[in-house]
Amino acid sequence: MYHTIRIGGHSLAQGTFLRSLDDGRIEIDAGHARLSGHPVTPLHPSDAGRLRGALRKTLTGAYLRSGILTAVAAIGLTLTGTATLKAQDNVAILNVSYDPTREFYREYNTLFNAWWAAQGNAPVAVQQSHGGAGAQARAVIDGLPATVVTLALSADIDTISERTGLLPADWQTRLPHNSSPYTSTIVFLVREGNPRGIQDWDDLVADGVQVITPNPKTSGGARWNFLAAWAYAGRNGLDPAQFVGTLYRNVPVLDTGARGSTTTFTQRGVGDVLLAWENEAFLALASLGEDKFDIVVPSVSILAESPVALVDGNITSDAQRAAAEAYLQHLYSPEAQALATRHYYRAWDTSQAAAEDIARFPELELVTIADFGGWPVVQTEYFGEGGIFDQIYEE
Amino acid sequence: MSDIALTRPVPVTTEPPLARYLLIGLAAVFVALFLFAPLVTVFVEALRQGWVGVIDALRLPDAQAAIRMTLTIAAIAVPLNATFGIAAAWAITKFDFRGKAFLITLIDLPFSVSPVVAGLMLVLLFGANSTLGGWLIANDMPIVFAFPGILLATLFVTFPFVAREIIPVMIEQGRTEEEAALTLGASGWRTFFTVTLPNIRWALLYGVLLCNARAMGEFGAVAVVSGKIRGETATMPTMVEMFYNEYLSVAAFTLAAVLAMLALLTLLLKSLLEWRHAELLAATRRH
Repeated sequence: MYHTIRIGGHSLAQGTFLRSLDDGRIEIDAGHARLSGHPVTPLHPSDAGRLRGALRKTLTGAYLRSGILTAVAAIGLTLTGTATLKAQDNVAILNVSYDPTREFYREYNTLFNAWWAAQGNAPVAVQQSHGGAGAQARAVIDGLPATVVTLALSADIDTISERTGLLPADWQTRLPHNSSPYTSTIVFLVREGNPRGIQDWDDLVADGVQVITPNPKTSGGARWNFLAAWAYAGRNGLDPAQFVGTLYRNVPVLDTGARGSTTTFTQRGVGDVLLAWENEAFLALASLGEDKFDIVVPSVSILAESPVALVDGNITSDAQRAAAEAYLQHLYSPEAQALATRHYYRAWDTSQAAAEDIARFPELELVTIADFGGWPVVQTEYFGEGGIFDQIYEE
Repeated sequence: MSDIALTRPVPVTTEPPLARYLLIGLAAVFVALFLFAPLVTVFVEALRQGWVGVIDALRLPDAQAAIRMTLTIAAIAVPLNATFGIAAAWAITKFDFRGKAFLITLIDLPFSVSPVVAGLMLVLLFGANSTLGGWLIANDMPIVFAFPGILLATLFVTFPFVAREIIPVMIEQGRTEEEAALTLGASGWRTFFTVTLPNIRWALLYGVLLCNARAMGEFGAVAVVSGKIRGETATMPTMVEMFYNEYLSVAAFTLAAVLAMLALLTLLLKSLLEWRHAELLAATRRH
């Protein structure tokens, strides 16, 4: 598929599409050279967004000239503008995701768009929204028009399904591996040299150890943290409720999302140990310096499946459905799986992943959510209103 | 006798020099520590990778979209609230009616309601789970998690600024001048433009500037209704948080610095106008 791009002020070049760059430019193969520039036919046909942007600009100018009345009219224009433009057939996907996936999806969106265009399709504008998984699910229930959700645990997507009917109850059977293209687990991040000598879960309940973990009510990662601690207590003949209760008494701050907790621990310097997604812990090391923190792998942890799903009820056109379905399915492709591995996720297909990326993952005993009876049971029993977490935290 | 003559007379209307310097010094240290230092930190962090980092950050499409969003919101919210503020102040000070005290309290409501609650109210009112919100979304006019929601949230939190600044000035000035104009045959609009507006213009300007600063800086209410869609519904303050959470601290602080610059510019504009119209200002104040 040929694309025309603008190079500099006036010259144009044509060639086959190679890849999209982050800033809206694309790279093409012009035969003699690889060139990059802004596409003349827009690669991201989010015309609604573009036109609204233009409208905003004119608005600002117009307001200065003719004052308040224009501004009032402008609101009407923006409203109707949004409405009419949405009706047009522009293929945009809104991926509502959770905190630690920001870096992965930024790269995956480029990978997907290049592959999608190579299949001869019109390019897709992928918009991202990130936050605590529970809070993001809540936003989708309240009307955030997610095309696909890629959240921290299936319970979050179950809640959306139950409350809104936007997707069927059996959504998790629609894609392989329980609709989880990548998984992770829960590990400990400690300060350099591990000054508190933390080796396993039982070190977290010692007096004076400060543990950083988000709130299980709003964060998916926090629920995995909770269950992993519970599993450890069960395996070691301890009373799980008492053990986890003691652990949470050592938590000075409960952030709403995993990324908030990571920031609290790494940048604000609060706490001795962070209970983190394995990928989040690796990312903190890579972003903030390997000499500042160490990863400690406990004896038992949990296999954390992070599922993805199409939000059928929010689909507005067949073209969008096709693109969104391909977007999710392509997550299982060897290239995307290799990308996930590079971003510190435990992926299923490592055939194209780099050996050193795979070697980073230590072997450890992983319990699964099935050992707890599955998310529907766990969600009400442990994290529901008046559930085990509420009882423990009130003490 | 001579001892007394040698002692420097201390005027009874001022503090002893030591106390004076101590107080001034204390104020200076306080300002430096709590106002100046944080502001400087923002700029230092932004320039951590030199000007190249700043320019790269400002070239990010997400950053540009956020700046555009914030400026648009302010350009719409500020004139609307200025109009409302003048209308409300006019009604309250020039007329007597039942429920006047109640109206004044109502205007202050956004000051006392937490911004998060303000955002959640909008979500409950216009979200997919309410009848109104459901209908709007079905008709492709989403309010929350879209531009109108952010505008409404900003309008709500900046609601009282202009009215609150004008009302005391108008109360102090009373109605006599307007009444004189009306008895001389001026129309309502003429009275407003030639008598009232010149009297309140400085209070109005101050209110507008405060309103503008808050409209651009609002985080809490906007964060609740924005849906955090990058490049679409992110304003500058929410984008600052997103960049910071993504370990892009240069980008975060660059955007924060732009926000701070906009605030400083607002203040500069105010001082400049005050300075140029110092005489007019003094005249207004003598009234």
